[in-house]
Amino acid sequence: MDFSFTRQAAAFLIVCSCLCVSAEVSTPAGVTLLPPVQPENGPQSYPNAKKSNLPVFTINYSRIQIPFEITLWMLLASFAKVGFHVYHKITIWVPESCLLISIGLIVGGIMYSVHEEPPAVLSNSVFFLYILPPMVLESGYFMPTRPFFENIGTVFWFAVVGTLWNSIGIGISLFGICQIEAFGVQDINLQENLLFASIISAVDPVAVLTVFEDVSVNEQLYIVVFGECLFNDAVTVVLYNMFSFVAEMPVVEPVDVFLGMARFLVVGLGGMGFGILFGFVASFTTRFTSKVREIEPLFIFMYSYLAYLVAELFAISSIMAIVCCALTMKYYVEENVSQRSCTTIRHVVKMLSSISETVIFFFLGVVTITTEHEWNWGYLLFTLLFAFIWRSLGVLVLIPIINPFRTIPLNLKDQFGLAYGGLRGAISFALAFTLPESIVRKHLFVTATIAVILFTVFLQGISIRPLIELINVRRTNRKEDLINVEIHRRMMEHTMTGIEDICGQWTLHTFPDMILIRDSRPESGIVALYKKLELQNAMEILDSVSGDISSAPAIVSLHEEKKGSAKPMKKFLAKDLNNMHNILSKNMYSIRQRTVAYTNKHALPNESQNREILIRRHSSIRRSFRPGSFQSTVNDHEATSEVGYPLRLPQSNHPRCSTSGAVMPLHRLNTLNEFPSVEVLNEKSPSHSASQDSSLPDCHFSTNNNSSADDLRNEEGEEQRPLPPSPALVAEPRNNTHGNPLLRRPQWNQKK
Amino acid sequence: MIRKENLENIPALAENPIKNQIIEAFFDKRNQHGNEVGSFQEIGFEQFVMVMSHFRPPNLKTTKEEKQEMRKEKLRFLFNMHDTDGDGIITLQEYRKVVEELLSNSGAMDQDAAHEIADAAMLEVASTNVPQMSPEDHYEGITFQHFEQILKDLEMETRMFIRFLDVDTTTMHCGKATS
Repeated sequence: MDFSFTRQAAAFLIVCSCLCVSAEVSTPAGVTLLPPVQPENGPQSYPNAKKSNLPVFTINYSRIQIPFEITLWMLLASFAKVGFHVYHKITIWVPESCLLISIGLIVGGIMYSVHEEPPAVLSNSVFFLYILPPMVLESGYFMPTRPFFENIGTVFWFAVVGTLWNSIGIGISLFGICQIEAFGVQDINLQENLLFASIISAVDPVAVLTVFEDVSVNEQLYIVVFGECLFNDAVTVVLYNMFSFVAEMPVVEPVDVFLGMARFLVVGLGGMGFGILFGFVASFTTRFTSKVREIEPLFIFMYSYLAYLVAELFAISSIMAIVCCALTMKYYVEENVSQRSCTTIRHVVKMLSSISETVIFFFLGVVTITTEHEWNWGYLLFTLLFAFIWRSLGVLVLIPIINPFRTIPLNLKDQFGLAYGGLRGAISFALAFTLPESIVRKHLFVTATIAVILFTVFLQGISIRPLIELINVRRTNRKEDLINVEIHRRMMEHTMTGIEDICGQWTLHTFPDMILIRDSRPESGIVALYKKLELQNAMEILDSVSGDISSAPAIVSLHEEKKGSAKPMKKFLAKDLNNMHNILSKNMYSIRQRTVAYTNKHALPNESQNREILIRRHSSIRRSFRPGSFQSTVNDHEATSEVGYPLRLPQSNHPRCSTSGAVMPLHRLNTLNEFPSVEVLNEKSPSHSASQDSSLPDCHFSTNNNSSADDLRNEEGEEQRPLPPSPALVAEPRNNTHGNPLLRRPQWNQKK
Repeated sequence: MIRKENLENIPALAENPIKNQIIEAFFDKRNQHGNEVGSFQEIGFEQFVMVMSHFRPPNLKTTKEEKQEMRKEKLRFLFNMHDTDGDGIITLQEYRKVVEELLSNSGAMDQDAAHEIADAAMLEVASTNVPQMSPEDHYEGITFQHFEQILKDLEMETRMFIRFLDVDTTTMHCGKATS
């Protein structure tokens, strides 16, 4: 009996173990095929030490490594950016790029000390295909078009010829230096020197532009620097490609030089042509997107990016393409898309470019520490020297040539600003970093580039502000005009509109407008003019509401002050005069605004040529006109919250921008019912009822809303009765083409 | 011949706050480059064009003197819009009226604020042009010289003109004058 039992048990054991082994071999996931066998009295020595069950918790890093690291880097850089603005004082004196590089240096130091390598995110294709386009798109999109086109000759002249001058000059001088044996760099031939020089001459005056804006330097200088920055990127990249091609050729013949020049033209003009073409196509598309508002921004981005890629396909200047696309698109698109899409586009463009730039600078800092450098003091110092010398020479020679053709010539101080503002930045670094390995001295070039960038960004970037203020560069004249001038300016404009109406000459009606703008029919002059309402006035009201609230009580006091006598020699306090200016500016329409507000590179435009809707903060304005609450801290807080969102705003006298009212806390809007006190400034007159799709409940969420604007306007046009938010009112504006496009301004009188 | 009612019937003009002044300007004899004062009852094409000639755009060939002249003409035009009684001086009443009109569409302004503004403007002109006047003196009114002086900063050349680029029948819907 016992014998047979043990034989059976042994057989079972063997069979079980075989099966287990095979099971575990075949199913590494560890699901056993056999039911657990439990003999009553045999030793439970299963030889299955490798049996694994279903894992409850695993880590699979390699799967997500690349996106994860990229995200972490971007987040880290963005945190750094956030951190800077905690200390406001820093950002005045130290440009943001400096700070980013410093943080990058610190992180790089940490990484170096733990012997880590930075993630290899910055390859050639990644840079040129993903990182560069947003930066350039942003520059193109926010270019102030009118001053740009007024100065276009100078800009192109300086960008193209100036960059060529710089590159060739630096290249040849460096080549000359290379011949000197003492520096030990004789193996660098002319082509490579030229290549390096073209990298070095890519100017990136982001920091300078910020300073210029803060100091409110004169418009000409600003636009020349801005435009130069933009187009010299294009020129540099073209030169870079050309020279890198040439650098690999053993011999260069004169034919090649001519071919190079021809190629240059093809590349530049071709880029522009493609850009304009895509811009028109994009505008045409947006004409039909009234039903698909949500994806409107997508079109813009896709078309710009497509322009860029197609240009890359044909190896023509993709930067020019995307810039021209953005310039062309901007006007028409902003006419066609809804306000929300417009805001979205702007925000996203700024955000993407901010990311790109941050990543680049951050990376610069890291790479500085972690790559192997090849120091060559002579070469480096001479590079710096020549970069500076040739830029100054370029400015000194080129600007006087172009000055006679300008209506406002650039004087010496402007030229100094121009020369000193030649900071190098992201593009130089990326170009150097992505040099092909076939260049023998690549590391030397990288080191030299980094050195030049660091030097210019830190030294020149920090010192340019005091210098500009010291030499007292001509500022834009933003002082308030005399009352007479204001009155008469408005009067002229109204007169002109009237005359135009009489003649039937409506100025908006050009051929491209007919095709590319939806709802483009000739409007009467006044209506068209009222379309371009001043954001600035509205902003001033908001500002005056939250910040300087003196206008409100003073206006009340004006009424109380009526002495009844018509004696014209009454003395007016300065405060009253200010109020009058306020009244004038708020109640008369400034039809074509002349002072341009610039775009800070790091912030959204605060006045983009009268094309933004402002959501009136009904309750906040109403509240401010209540006597007791002028200094309410809540208002201030709101103001700061509005000011602080979303990006750093230029510290100019221009009113703060609120591109979207999304910051507004909801509780403030329950007072919408009470007074039709204020209205939404809407640049789209009621005849453009394109975006009436947004329903009234949106009012409560303080989003840009045409219908609420029109509601309020209707209300005030008819009676001064309160505004019940009923859906019935939404339909009204459509019929109200002849209605009152005029805006009723805040009803100060009501509160009396 | 055009009469005032014809111009007033233009719907687009109805919203212009200074509509009356503009229409008046067409019928104002002073704008005919002559020396007459008063106003017409109706004007013919010639007079219409004379008025429109104030809005010629400058082109590349205009010399500096011509530009000065044109500027003066334009200022004169504006001055005449203010000076409704034709005495060559803008008095306080006239100025007030103009400011009222300009601000009238905003609705928020009542007369007093407009008057205050007009007063301040007159004061500005007075203090700029006749600086030694004491507070008790009565400032008569703005003469054309003072007007020019106070507006010398105002950039007019780029604003006050109409360019008839495309003078064919589709774009020239001359106002509804049918008489």
